[in-house]
Amino acid sequence: MPRLLGVDIPADRPTIISLTYLYGVGEKTARELCHKAGVNPQARARDLQEDEVARIAALLDKDYTVEGQLRRQVSQNISRLRDIASYRGMRHRRGLPVRGQRTKTNARTRKGPKKTVAGKKGVKDLR
Amino acid sequence: MGRSLKKGPYVDLKLYLKVEKQNDTGLKEPITTWARACTIVPEFVGHTFMVHNGKQHLKVSVTEDMVGHKLGEFSPTRNFRGHGGKGKK
Repeated sequence: MPRLLGVDIPADRPTIISLTYLYGVGEKTARELCHKAGVNPQARARDLQEDEVARIAALLDKDYTVEGQLRRQVSQNISRLRDIASYRGMRHRRGLPVRGQRTKTNARTRKGPKKTVAGKKGVKDLR
Repeated sequence: MGRSLKKGPYVDLKLYLKVEKQNDTGLKEPITTWARACTIVPEFVGHTFMVHNGKQHLKVSVTEDMVGHKLGEFSPTRNFRGHGGKGKK
């Protein structure tokens, strides 16, 4: 199993797919990487030569923000919004949708599992 | 969808002129405004605005981080007091 950027060990799948196991690399970036490094995108990742792996790693290092660095960037962007007390920051703080979605129903991704409220209309019907 | 670059950021002209005037005189007093849609430009940094939220004017002191946002983003229009709770009925 080839190791890229220390921790990540993509499995025995086509290179183009296994590269997407890296945080910040999707299919588009994976395709670009294969192309730039001169690697066959369909070749299994286990068949990659060491110099090919090294070339991909070098490209990632040079031109892309991935893994820890990207995660840090994202959380920094969010904490900036929080710190300046903007509307979006407030929504992040409260764990509610940030981009103007409805919250009367749905929004479960942000709000988490349903918390049933006693006495609210419709609670009886659920039983 | 973002705003066309050709137009540049939307800045309320009257508000901008007021800020410029304050910058010239060096005096910094809160500026009362209704222009929530006005983008915060670098010239605004350090100024204080009283931004209307539909009911009152809330104080917003502009810092460097706020550049690029709109004034309205810092003056919430809703006030959520929570649901239910003891003795509220």
